[in-house]
Parts: sequence; C-alpha cells; structure tokens
Amino acid sequence: MLFGEIIKMAWSSLGTNKLRSVLTMLGITIGVFSVISVMTAIGALQYSIENGISFLGSNIFQFAKYPANVSATGDAQEKFRNRHDITYKQALHYYRLMEGEAREIALKCFGYEVKAQAVYNGVKTTPSLEIVGTNRSFLTANAYTLGYGRNLTDEDVDLSRRVIVVGKMIEKRLFPHETPIGKIIRVSGHVYTIVGVLAEKGTAFGQSQDDLVIMPITRFFEDYGEAKRTVNIATQAFTTDTYNRTFDRGIGAMRIARGLRPDQPNDFEIYSNDSLKSAFVSVAGYVRVGAFVISLIALVAAGIGIMNIMLVSVTERTKEIGVRKSIGARSRDILRQFLTEAVFISEAGGVLGIFFGIIVGDLLAAWLKVDLIFPYGWAIAGLLVCSAIGIGFGLYPAYRAANLDPIEALRYE
Amino acid sequence: MSLVTRLTGPVVIDIENITKDYVMGEEVVHALRGVTLKIHRNEYIAIMGPSGSGKSTLMNMLGCLDTPTSGRYEFNSKSVAEMDDDELAAVRNREIGFVFQTFNLLPRSTSLRNVELPLIYAGIEPGRRMERATQVLTDVGLGDRIHHKPNELSGGQRQRVAIARALVNGPSIILADEPTGNLDSKTGEEIMDLLERLYERGNTIILVTHERDIAAHARRTVHLRDGLIEMDHAGFIPELDLPIAEMTST
Repeated sequence: MLFGEIIKMAWSSLGTNKLRSVLTMLGITIGVFSVISVMTAIGALQYSIENGISFLGSNIFQFAKYPANVSATGDAQEKFRNRHDITYKQALHYYRLMEGEAREIALKCFGYEVKAQAVYNGVKTTPSLEIVGTNRSFLTANAYTLGYGRNLTDEDVDLSRRVIVVGKMIEKRLFPHETPIGKIIRVSGHVYTIVGVLAEKGTAFGQSQDDLVIMPITRFFEDYGEAKRTVNIATQAFTTDTYNRTFDRGIGAMRIARGLRPDQPNDFEIYSNDSLKSAFVSVAGYVRVGAFVISLIALVAAGIGIMNIMLVSVTERTKEIGVRKSIGARSRDILRQFLTEAVFISEAGGVLGIFFGIIVGDLLAAWLKVDLIFPYGWAIAGLLVCSAIGIGFGLYPAYRAANLDPIEALRYE
Repeated sequence: MSLVTRLTGPVVIDIENITKDYVMGEEVVHALRGVTLKIHRNEYIAIMGPSGSGKSTLMNMLGCLDTPTSGRYEFNSKSVAEMDDDELAAVRNREIGFVFQTFNLLPRSTSLRNVELPLIYAGIEPGRRMERATQVLTDVGLGDRIHHKPNELSGGQRQRVAIARALVNGPSIILADEPTGNLDSKTGEEIMDLLERLYERGNTIILVTHERDIAAHARRTVHLRDGLIEMDHAGFIPELDLPIAEMTST
C-alpha cells in the first residue's frame, strides 16, 4: 500500500474527530513547548555568557562571604551564614598586605537592605537604587567607566567625604537639562555632592546596571552602619601573566587577614570570571535537567492520552476495520494506518510545541537582552521523541486493530 | 446427490469434506460437519438454510475470511487452508467481491472513495484507480452519484455502491450475503436485476439467503441444514419446497 494513501487515510480520520484530535495533540504540544522554551532561553543566556558578558573586569578575582550560587540549601547555607563577616578591618589588612602586588584593589560594601531613593529639587528616582560603599577601584573591578566628572579618590575615603558618583539613570531622571556635577542631592535622608557620572552600561539579565550610587566606603559605614556588613574585595593583577601569582598571593593574604591557621580551610569564597561562568553553567545545567524531566513526564502523560484515544478509536471503528479486511486490507495495512494516526497526532503536537517554544524562549531571551538562538538540536530531539511517543504509545492500539478477527469485526455494531 | 445440469466453466471453488468447529466456553460447536461443494465459473448459486445451519460459516469460509478445521478447500486450484493471513487478504482483495446485507460502506467517504478502496489495497496508482472506480460506478447506474457520501444516498443506491466496490477488482466470485435484507421489496428487485445482469455478463455469483423468492433468482440452490448439505439442485424446484409456492403467491 502506498505511503501517500496511508497519510491521506490518517488525515481524513483525524479530521472527522477534530476536537478530540486537537485535545490529544495539545498534551504533546505542552510537553514539547515547556522543554523547548526553557532550552531556548537557557541556550541563549549561556551563549551570551560564554561569548561576551564579563561579570568582572579583566584579570580580576574577588573574595566574598557568600558564593555566587546561593541556591544551596540546608547545611550548606548554614555553613555560609555562620561564617564571620569580612570586616572592613580585615579588608584593610588585606589591602596593606597586597599593596604593590596588584594594580587595583576594590573594597565594596553593598547596602542591599537600604531602599535608596534620590531626591533633587522635588524630583525623585524609584526607591530601588543600589548603594555601594567603595573606593576608587570599583570602576575597574566591576567594569564600569566614568562618563564625566571625577572618580572617587583615596582622599575621599580617608576623609569620608560626602561625595558620590552616580549611574546614568539617576542623571537622566534628576538632571535632564543641567549638569549634575557639584549638585547636592538627598539619598535616603543623607546629603551628598555629585562629583561624577558613570557611563551607561545597560542591563544584564533584565536588571539595569545604571541605577547605582557609589560613595566612599567610610562614608557608607558612617551613614548606614558598619555592623553586620561584609566587605567584598576585588583584586586586579597587573597583567594576565602575573594573574596566577597574584591570585595565589591574594589567597595567602586573605587567610592572614582572616587570621586562619594553616590547618583551617578558607572561610571565604573566591570568584573569578571563570568561576562565575561555571557557576552559571552549573545552575543552567540543573534548570535544563529539571525542564527535561518535567517535560518527559508531561510527554509520557500525553502519550498515555494518545494511547487512550487510539484504543477508543479502534473500538469505534471495529466495523470499519472488518470492512477493510474483507476487501483485502492486510493486517499490516491496518497496523500502519493506526500507527500513522498516532504518530501524526504526536508529530503535529510536537511541531506546534517547538514553534511556540522557540518563540516564547526567544522572547524571554530578548527580554534579557541576549542574542536569540534557534535550538536545532533540541528541535530535532523533540521531533524524534514525538515520533517515539507516537510509535510507542500507538503500537498497542494499532496492534489490536490489526489483529481483530475480520468476521467478529464485521459483525460488530 | 447432484442435480446440477449446467456446468458453465472451470471450477473456481472446490470444497471437499470441510468441517469447522468452534469452541464456545466448554462446548465444541460443529458448525460444518463435512461439506463438499464445487462451484464453477459463471454459475449463479444460492446457498439457503435456516439460521444455525452453518450458512454463515460456509460463507465466511468461501470468502476466505476463515479457514476450515479440516477438509480441502481450493480456490482457483490453490489451497486456501494453507494460506497465511497475507495470502488470504490478497485473495479477498482480488478474487472475491463481498456484498453485505448492511452495505458496510465507510460512512465518511464518498462513493468513489469507497469503490477505490480495494484498488488502494491492491496498490493501483491513483489515476487508473479513479478511472476504474468511476467506470464501475457508472456501470451500476451511479455515474451521477460518485461524490455523494453514503448518508446522501438511498438504500438501493448504497447497495449499488457496495456492488461496484465488489466488482472493481474484477473478482472471480461475487459473494452476496442477504443483499436485499435491508431493502424494501421493490428496491430489492432492482438489486436482484442488477445481479442478474452481472451474471449474464459472465460473473460468478454466490447468493447467501434465507428468503426463498430471492434464492429463486439463482440457477442452482444448495440447502444447508445442521452443518451438512441437505440438497443441491439446479434452478428453483417449487415441488420440493411447497411452502414457498404459498409465500410467493401472496
């Protein structure tokens, strides 16, 4: 029997039960959609992280209390929480030990809990500014560049001056028609003089990086308190060649600053661009596995739906099967016909799922401002899995149809 | 005891002493207990018998839908008892044209599509298929109904589509099981006229019925009772079957 005829038969019998076919198909669509959309979004993110985005500036490593991947639970999280904060005193100790060994050492303290809002002349920003207490090296360490004005200086830190450098968003919002340099603004009830404006950096992962305020770390502690704060230390090596040496010295200096005995393990986390990337990749890996497993469960459920519908269809069409056999259809013609219907439902559902999955995944990627991708591998895998499901779950109903006794089938009413 | 006088051609169906047993629960039902029958090309034969006589079993056997428990069955000199499912399907497809009491058309397909079906299973390419199906439908008087679906046709027209489907592969025999059972008597007569015409054009027709006035169209009648051939005679012999005379006279 011709393949074209089988397709035609499958199409026409699915067409007579449109609603039922579409509903059955939908199960597959949802399963495929979930895996393809997640894989598309993750793939796009990962692609852009591996090919461009740097979390830190070049040749930089960083020490912090908490790891980048704070998804750890239970004991692990307990371990990090019970660590002592990295105090400003320890940070200064490290700074002194490393002077001359590194090009830049940035001490950073983030006021996460401060709902900072800047006010100038009655105009307000959103109350979600990021406040950072730091030194002149922050720009290098976090890959910012100065737009105009001046950077923070060591003197600012020593004298804990009330000066700030602001992000582009703040300039746009509060100073649309004048220069902010030298202007005095109020941030969270404190008064500061703007000395510089950062160049625009854009968004990363859907978050603006331009609505921050940086100030001398000493001023930060005076205004927002020093207790319960931990300082992040970013160190930049002179060159790529000396990076490894600086890295080793840095760890040694940090251990001294933290007062660790030789037999004690590091009680701080070490970040580098590589470690941050691999942290992301490992998180992405978990998300992928999760999405895959969930989709697989959804697909198996959908496959059972297909099997169910095909069994109903075989029973409903017992007479038709008898007629077909009486006029010369072989068992394998009947088998093929029903199997094709099952695969048809499954593939149609799969194609639809892939289509919408890629659209939604790429919309997500676009929203995160990363390059769009077409996940060929996953699309092909999706189609293969759908075929397997159509065949796997369609085989038993088709087998039953093919092996009906023609006499019994003809008698069926 | 054979009263057959008109042997018209080579033997198509040659059955010798076939039996068929069914196991129904604990009991074995002997549906056929040793039937011997020869049917020649271009015969018009009626198989009669009350229900339970083994009539349906014999028909299924003749139609290659079933194989005998024992005995010899040769169809066009080929042994059916030894055929596997695929070979049986091929015989049904090419050598046998079924006409059923309930027509058994595919309800959602047009007349043309229904008649094309045996050609599809025979692997005939689409162009020739359509030409042939249209031709046969025109022959049975439905040239203007080829794109109608069964529910748009009258009972008589549906049975004509079924006959066209039976004819389309040029089979050796047409096996009609109560072909007028679901039709009123006038339409039934039209269908019998059509079968008569097909017979005159050289087709072999096997009519399975319990209605005597339908059987009366055949040139030979085989009576079955309790799984055995009770009588096999040429034509319709009213004196052997007195009650019929009464029935037909009303």
